[in-house]
Amino acid sequence: MLTYVARRLGIGVLVFVAVTGISYVLYHVRGADSIAYRLLGADARPEEVEIKVHALGLDRSLPEQYAGWFGGLFRGDLGESFVSNQDVTAIMSTRVPVTLSLIAATLVLTLVFSVVLGVWAATRGGVVDRVIQVVSVIVSAVPGYWLALVLVIVFALNLGLFPATGFIPITETFGGWLSTIFLPSIAIALGAIFSLAVWVRSSIIDMRRQDFVRTLRSRGLSPRSIMYRHVLRNAAPSIVQMLGLQIIALLGGAIIVERIFALPGIGQMSLDAGLAGDIPVVLGGVAFFVVVIVIINIAVDLINGFLNPKVRIS
Amino acid sequence: MSADADITGRAIAAEPIVRRGVFRALLRNPLTAASLVVLALFAVIAIIQPWILPYPPNEVNLRLTNAAPFGSDYLLGGDNYGRDILSRLIASTRGAFQAAAVLSVVAVVIGTTAGLIAGYYGRVFDSVASWLFSAIMAVPAVIILISLYTLLGVSTTVAMAVFGFLVSPSMFWMVRTLTRNVRNELYVDAARVAGLPDRRIVGRHVLIAIRAPVILMIAGLAGAGIAVQAGLEFLGLGQAGVPSWGAMLTDAFGNIYVAPEQLIWPAVALGLVTSAFTLISIGVRDTLEGTYVKPSTRARRREIEALLGSAAAERTLGGTADAATATTATTSTSTSQPLLAIDGLRVAYESGGSLTTVVDDVSFRVEKGEVVGVVGESGSGKTQTVFATLGLLPEEAIVARGSIRLDGRELLGLPERDLLEIRGHRMAYVPQEPLSNLDPSFTVGSQLVHGIRAQSRATKKEARDLALAMLDRVGIADPLRVYRRYPHQISGGMAQRVLIAGAVACTPSLLLADEPTTALDVTIQAEVLDLLRDLQTETGMGVLIVTHNFGVVADLCDRVVVMRSGRIVEEGRVGDVFTRPQHEYTRMLLGSVLDNAAPREASARRKAAHA
Repeated sequence: MLTYVARRLGIGVLVFVAVTGISYVLYHVRGADSIAYRLLGADARPEEVEIKVHALGLDRSLPEQYAGWFGGLFRGDLGESFVSNQDVTAIMSTRVPVTLSLIAATLVLTLVFSVVLGVWAATRGGVVDRVIQVVSVIVSAVPGYWLALVLVIVFALNLGLFPATGFIPITETFGGWLSTIFLPSIAIALGAIFSLAVWVRSSIIDMRRQDFVRTLRSRGLSPRSIMYRHVLRNAAPSIVQMLGLQIIALLGGAIIVERIFALPGIGQMSLDAGLAGDIPVVLGGVAFFVVVIVIINIAVDLINGFLNPKVRIS
Repeated sequence: MSADADITGRAIAAEPIVRRGVFRALLRNPLTAASLVVLALFAVIAIIQPWILPYPPNEVNLRLTNAAPFGSDYLLGGDNYGRDILSRLIASTRGAFQAAAVLSVVAVVIGTTAGLIAGYYGRVFDSVASWLFSAIMAVPAVIILISLYTLLGVSTTVAMAVFGFLVSPSMFWMVRTLTRNVRNELYVDAARVAGLPDRRIVGRHVLIAIRAPVILMIAGLAGAGIAVQAGLEFLGLGQAGVPSWGAMLTDAFGNIYVAPEQLIWPAVALGLVTSAFTLISIGVRDTLEGTYVKPSTRARRREIEALLGSAAAERTLGGTADAATATTATTSTSTSQPLLAIDGLRVAYESGGSLTTVVDDVSFRVEKGEVVGVVGESGSGKTQTVFATLGLLPEEAIVARGSIRLDGRELLGLPERDLLEIRGHRMAYVPQEPLSNLDPSFTVGSQLVHGIRAQSRATKKEARDLALAMLDRVGIADPLRVYRRYPHQISGGMAQRVLIAGAVACTPSLLLADEPTTALDVTIQAEVLDLLRDLQTETGMGVLIVTHNFGVVADLCDRVVVMRSGRIVEEGRVGDVFTRPQHEYTRMLLGSVLDNAAPREASARRKAAHA
């Protein structure tokens, strides 16, 4: 089990290095001068550009720069903003909680509702099953930010039930936090909830056809105990796997939804920094999302390793 | 799973459709057909848009700023800058389809090429590509695209090509898996042995197998591409001056307090196109796989009534028996009641509006303490009879007629609640395939305890002691060790002992054993049969044992029932049937028992050939 964890972590680090490294190269591909011009304006004088390039350390070789950036990671240092000279970690510190709130809320909503709906559709069949399948088609057919726009219009503008914009940290008031995070995470999660519900439904139906389920029924176990203790337990690995894939796919939508609800998160930060040519801040955003994706993947592998006795024991 | 238990409409339905051509089947699905029409319409608009634009999309008419729809020269109104919304909607179609095209072409070319090579040749390329594509999956695609636009100022086409590359893993994994499956087919092996070049094999067999799934994936990707491109444009990352649905959404969103209806038009256009692509993708998938929607109990009952005539349908729906009152045809008046009495049982499966009968007019009895064998080849309905008795038929099964009484109590039509008290306690079941009948996620001990506690008021401790005692009783040398093991850690023979222990733990009066030795090694078969015989003499339970092996019958049974194609052809005391088989089929089955047959002439013939 320990070597299993270590190997997953090793792969995660490799992926992190590869993605950030390639991004690093990509962002510098047009040369140091062009970056400086972008920051100073097109009419900057060549001397100014030269000074700027030197000041930002862009005159060093690319591997040297990347090594410097990567080394900084171990000291919790992501460099300084090209624009404001603030520490990137300082800029990110207020924004990470926003995006993490969004991801966490989306994850919880997706998991809870998809399992409930999936179990419901599998056990009840008929109309319930049909409705869930049709709704799943409809909501998975439109992008999350599209739903976000609809939700803003209906619930925030017309009904005034939730604030349309802004963020209240969970450390201030829980209710406030929930009210600001609820609509955005629903908008992101809705498509995933239904497509995962359909997945849960078919995993349950497949699992219920397994021989051991019939044998357990022959022992007089109640349908409830079979469903929750045995069927869901065995369907869990494939559900967790799918949940991980769904959440990763939703991260892109989260960036756009942050914009719609004016949530000051990592997505907004990366977008603004990109428009300003602020490479260190954009790289901070890339690093954050890669870490999130790697963590989700490792978590999925570990949970499934734990759920599967064949892996757990060896 | 035994062959006769596997009659589901799903598996049968999918095959011929694939052969008949997916496209025609697709058109029969109204949603898919409608989606194709919508897409065709938008595609035509995208092509002819320069000629049908009412106004140049960027022309500003300040008089018509935020003009209401249907009230001015601008049919759908004017936007915040006084531009015609309809013209901008139309002009945006081209960009959307271009994005979809670029993205799908890149993803398909990269994903299928790599997937084909990795799946067909495997080896080093496979490992390297697999690693690479799983790494690409960990790239935060949207943020990379954002930085490409903002830091590098790339064009939409380049950005969509990059996005195509970033989503190509999904295509790669699918093609790789499909190719590997085809590659391992026997007919492909045959083609290779016959010396057909790889190029021909891939063209003939592999491409045909992956065609439809690739179309499915393209439709999904195209929809996602349009959605993501519009999303990026919504963030303000499109090319300035080029109208797009995303940019229109941004304009309208900024204007949301003034003229919220402006959001509707681009949202509808975008929603229509992305959902049309998604619906086509779902339509292809459903056509390929066939969807099974479990009908509600009431709908199902109505359907069955229509098929059987209302009189019979009142009785029971497969596994989910309802509280229909069982109309017991004849309440036994004889003094000694049989343990199990099956009368006129008919089990059928519904598929495509017609019924296939798998058990027809089956009647027999098992007396207390009697061992009855049910013999027949696979598909003769013997397993279905056992499942019907247990009330564990699959959901598609219909018990059309008959009566099954345990100690005089009618089981058909009994509510599930009441059946729970009978199963495991009064009658128990030993399956055929030992390993697939143990829950892989639980230790042997914990699933035995679950079963025991479902039947008795035993505490955890008592249930555990009983489970250990039972493991010891069925001849397991180290009960505590096996108790703690998972199913994958024990052998098939041991698993079958565990299942027998679980079945007899609550001292049932009837044991239903479905080919309990078929899946086991020959040496272990005899041990398991000995065990069953010992348990039977010890507890005096009645046993109904299903088998295709007359050796088992001779070894264990008092009486034998011979079944063929769902009907009983012969029934009698074992000795009588063995010595004077009445039916041709019985004679044939007896003749196929190798133990009693004379050695065949194969060796003689071989000798002749040598001479």
